Amino acid sequence: MSWMVIKRMFVTGWKNFARGGAVSAATVVTMTVTLAIIGSLIFLSGMLTFTLNSIKDKVDVSIYFVTTASESDILAVKSEIEKLPQVAEVTYTSAADALTAFRGRHASDHLTLQALDELGGNPLDASLSVRAKDPSEYESIVNFLEASPALSAGGTSIVDRINYAQNKDVIDRLTLAIHATREVGLAIFAIFAIASILIAFATIRLAIYTSKDEIAVMRLVGASNAYIQGPFVVDGVITGILSASLVLLLLWPITWYTGQKTAGWFGGFDVANYYSTHFGLIFLVLMGAGVMLGALASMLAINRYLKA
Amino acid sequence: MIYFDKVTKRYGDTAALEEVTFSVAPKEFVSIVGHSGAGKTTLLKLLLAEERPTGGVVFFESIDINDLPNSALHHYRRKIGMVFQDFRLIPNKTAYENIAFAMEAAGRSDEEIASDVPYILELVNLADKAKHFPDQLSGGEKQRIAIGRAIINQPELVVADEPTGNLDPINTYEVVEILKKINELGTTVLITTHNKGVVDAIGKRVVTIDRGRIVRDDSDGKYIL
Repeated sequence: MSWMVIKRMFVTGWKNFARGGAVSAATVVTMTVTLAIIGSLIFLSGMLTFTLNSIKDKVDVSIYFVTTASESDILAVKSEIEKLPQVAEVTYTSAADALTAFRGRHASDHLTLQALDELGGNPLDASLSVRAKDPSEYESIVNFLEASPALSAGGTSIVDRINYAQNKDVIDRLTLAIHATREVGLAIFAIFAIASILIAFATIRLAIYTSKDEIAVMRLVGASNAYIQGPFVVDGVITGILSASLVLLLLWPITWYTGQKTAGWFGGFDVANYYSTHFGLIFLVLMGAGVMLGALASMLAINRYLKA
Repeated sequence: MIYFDKVTKRYGDTAALEEVTFSVAPKEFVSIVGHSGAGKTTLLKLLLAEERPTGGVVFFESIDINDLPNSALHHYRRKIGMVFQDFRLIPNKTAYENIAFAMEAAGRSDEEIASDVPYILELVNLADKAKHFPDQLSGGEKQRIAIGRAIINQPELVVADEPTGNLDPINTYEVVEILKKINELGTTVLITTHNKGVVDAIGKRVVTIDRGRIVRDDSDGKYIL
């Protein structure tokens, strides 16, 4: 295909769009709604991921050490655990830190503090707080710890207790809830995305249907199928680009307003901040979807009028 | 130039054309007449390969049109200029662009288009309406633009399907005069009509079709039905 033909397709496509009037406007509006739905799905996905991660971050397993365990033994265990691929973070809390934190938490509870003073010394254990990359990994981490020789010093276990067993039910339910939420979310996203894409397809198909007589004439004056199809595809791509640009533009005030109104609703998820930090991704998805939808829908819609 | 050899076209059980045999020589002007539904438009559709015959063969310059693959049809159609009763101009293109489109489709250069289209607009007396869209033109003007589009690529054959069907007598006369002039310049012209005045004004060969069959073929331009 020569440059001259390509240039003509672009010029004709642009003219068709510009002269399309109400049909072009209706197609842009429908495509804008479609892309806005796709855009909002990106935000929902971001919000869901943020919320699930916040919940996951609150789950951990603590290993409490006997008061006689030395700090070096505990730090040796810490470095062993950190080597595990499923571990995200291990935090060491010394007995002294635990006592300070306890006193801080009960600063207004004089009775408890008095009881603590009467005990004399520090009754609290040093501990390691282990956070896994995924809540489902806790079981394997605990299994590793129970089998690990690092937890023994001179044949005696230095571990007082691991709180996994009492938290297991909660962790398992949470893991299940996270997976279910992800799957349901994915299904909802897919349904909305497919529905909106079908609406855009139907609109473009309708727009091309209004040109079917024109297409028949083009064929009779000897235009090749590619030459007929080209301007319609260009028209579709322009519709997609314009619609994506409209959505990207509208998202600035919408996310700013929504961010102000919903601050603190979703565990600190800031919609406006998410938009500015993920602008590149959202731009690519919306622009890509707009161009692909416009081009593909036009191509498929026009094909039925180009037979023979 | 054109040869229909025992051509039959059926739509289900209904025969639109039945064993039609006739030929058109180069530079001839042939009027095909007949009542509505006689098979005139079907005959043109077969010639343009818009439809395929149920039986028989249609030749254009010794090419069997049935043998043409779909991918080659647009090349074939560029040899024929087509004029329709309902004009069939592209609504969102100006008069200039409607004529230029046929040249663009044939792969002609921008320079050729810039020189030929104004010439054709002059020829059909519509140079001052170049930037008008079809809905800003009268019926006669639309048909003259359609004729301009049909002849812009200097086709060997111009086919006109009821070209005066939607026109008043004055515009009918103008269109007939343009078609006669095109024929005098060496282009073969084939028109369908049921307008006796048009046939008499042309005064050339008349082929009469009735219920899908050729019933008369007169070289002296008489309209008898």
